[in-house]
Amino acid sequence: MSDFSQEKWLPKLIDAALPVFATIAALLVGAVMLLLLKVNPIEAYRAMWDGAFGSQNALAETLVKATPLLLVGLGICISFRGDVINIGGEGQMIVGAILGTLVGLNLTDWPGWAVIILALVTGFLGGAIWGGIPGVLKAYFNVNEILSTVMMNAIAVQLMNFLLRGPMIDPAQAELASKIPQTARLLDAFRLPRWVPTRLHLGALIAVGLAVLVYILLWRTSWGYRIRAVGQNPDASRYAGIKVKRYIVLALVLSGAFAGLAGVMQVYGVNYRMITDGSASGFTGSAGFNGIVAALFGQLHPIGTIPASILFGALLVGANKMQRVVQVPSALITALNGLVVVFVVSSEIWRRRRQKRRMAVAARELEEHPPDPDQSDPEESPEVTA
Amino acid sequence: MISDLFSMTVLVGILASGIRLATPYLYAAIGETFSQRSGVLNLGVEGQMLLGAFAAFYVALTTGNLWLGVSAAIGVGALMGLAMAFVTINLQAEQGISGIGFYLFGLGLSDLLFQKLLGTVETVKGFPKAQIPILSDIPIIGEIFFRQNVLVYLALLLIPLAWFVLNKTTLGLKIKAVGENPEAADSLGVSVARVRYFTIILGGTLSGVAGASLSIALLNVFQQNMTSGLGFIAVALVYFGAWRPWGVLGGALLFSLVNSLQLWVQVLGIPIPSDIAVMMPYILTILVLVLTVSRVRPPSALTKPFERGD
Repeated sequence: MSDFSQEKWLPKLIDAALPVFATIAALLVGAVMLLLLKVNPIEAYRAMWDGAFGSQNALAETLVKATPLLLVGLGICISFRGDVINIGGEGQMIVGAILGTLVGLNLTDWPGWAVIILALVTGFLGGAIWGGIPGVLKAYFNVNEILSTVMMNAIAVQLMNFLLRGPMIDPAQAELASKIPQTARLLDAFRLPRWVPTRLHLGALIAVGLAVLVYILLWRTSWGYRIRAVGQNPDASRYAGIKVKRYIVLALVLSGAFAGLAGVMQVYGVNYRMITDGSASGFTGSAGFNGIVAALFGQLHPIGTIPASILFGALLVGANKMQRVVQVPSALITALNGLVVVFVVSSEIWRRRRQKRRMAVAARELEEHPPDPDQSDPEESPEVTA
Repeated sequence: MISDLFSMTVLVGILASGIRLATPYLYAAIGETFSQRSGVLNLGVEGQMLLGAFAAFYVALTTGNLWLGVSAAIGVGALMGLAMAFVTINLQAEQGISGIGFYLFGLGLSDLLFQKLLGTVETVKGFPKAQIPILSDIPIIGEIFFRQNVLVYLALLLIPLAWFVLNKTTLGLKIKAVGENPEAADSLGVSVARVRYFTIILGGTLSGVAGASLSIALLNVFQQNMTSGLGFIAVALVYFGAWRPWGVLGGALLFSLVNSLQLWVQVLGIPIPSDIAVMMPYILTILVLVLTVSRVRPPSALTKPFERGD
């Protein structure tokens, strides 16, 4: 028994560090790419670091960028734990933002706090609807959610373009020839409080609080338990009496809701209006995709997703500085994010192998020393590995 | 104005451009059909297409040789496929997620290369329309089918070829066996890994060509994220076509005909907001997925990594 417990902490530490290794590997590949572009990688990465953490303002910008990643990532933790691949964060952000913006544009005689709360709730619900549709399609019509969420993204983009160029366009822009697709500015009273002089807004704090809530939801409530059970083994869950279809829908509804909240916070916390360049990322900044990266990096754990979001927020903010200082397009960071994802999921094989070996050891132990019912160790239940 | 849609010239125009627009979907979706039939979901198609599109465009622009451009796209696509194969087969990574990683990689890298090597949007003289003698003179049909560029013809030829390989050859039998029951295939001496390496690399290659068909035949430009979701739709078309080449053709044609219709609606100035019109093919795809998918079963081993037992 003794060698078994001794062996435990080191591999666990390595498991936890796998994403860090994956990032280092991606940054090394990035360094090679920079060398090929005839740019000094040390100089480039130093510029990135400066841009992300070099000043109070830089740090605040990093956290501003991290906020939507964290919110989308929380939704991803829920859906991926339920074995539902939600690629629709972009569309869910957009729809949440559209509905939330409508609140602020129409209820101009309401008190600020009431509008903000109502808008955030509306954004949450908007995302929930946009996520719920693929959820129903998957649960009841067997439509692959990866595909339907991608389609829903495309539909949401067109909906946004239609509304921001037409019915919801800023009256001032409507008269200009430029016709930038944007809504009118929200009233000052409707802005999320910010930590002046930076752009860091209350949304960041709300997101962190929600991370704790999502942790409680997933591991301390029966809803969360069932979502995870359905994700691990739908057949066994069905036999255990869980209404599997309902929890598939719930996973996507919640996942979409958090993305919707991320969208509406961009409006009430950052831009104070909804604006785009006609593409999805023109509004979302690709947070719908990068949130997936952050959640995976945080090993689909809500609390782990917090530092992961800050890291990727830093990469995004730093990339802009890098672009200015050494003239390397920030697209490099998109490519590196992709590599991080590939490396992280690839490194999972070591964790699985070790788990398998541990199971084999445990099985042998069990054969050699039949268990004593009084000394069962709750730490060893497979639940803990997640 | 609506009645303008039903004049003969417009209808022929819609059909001809519908077939032309289907080309990138056909290449990418046939490649994806092969990899899914062998049990591998490749979600990186979009990234492979973007890199293929850039490689083809850049090589065609600098050398002036379009076929060299296509070859470059093939090479880049095959390399991406090789990487994807290593990650999914040897490292058994979750396919849905690693595919997203490859997508982001392709999206970022093609954008980076575009900004560094080209800087601005340029145009290239792409594949011209190649009229097939005699056939192109047939009224209506000739105009729709036989006055296209060469990549369109190759895409259309790819369908029966893929059908033949999948249904009439030993290779096709092996691919399907590996996708349905890898354990059984393995016990019969079929190398699951080798078959999947083949199909994933083939898929990458065809995705690369799909990108080339966009950048040097259909649009003749390269822009950041120029595929804008096309690769993901190609994956959807595989489900839509129930993993059969002819079904994929049907799905691609339906999707691109609706797309072509909405383009013509805009050209003719029919008062439907263009943003709403662009939405239509996507809504249609979802609807058709609802109607078809629940009746067809995907390959049993799809997305499941295979590891030989001891």
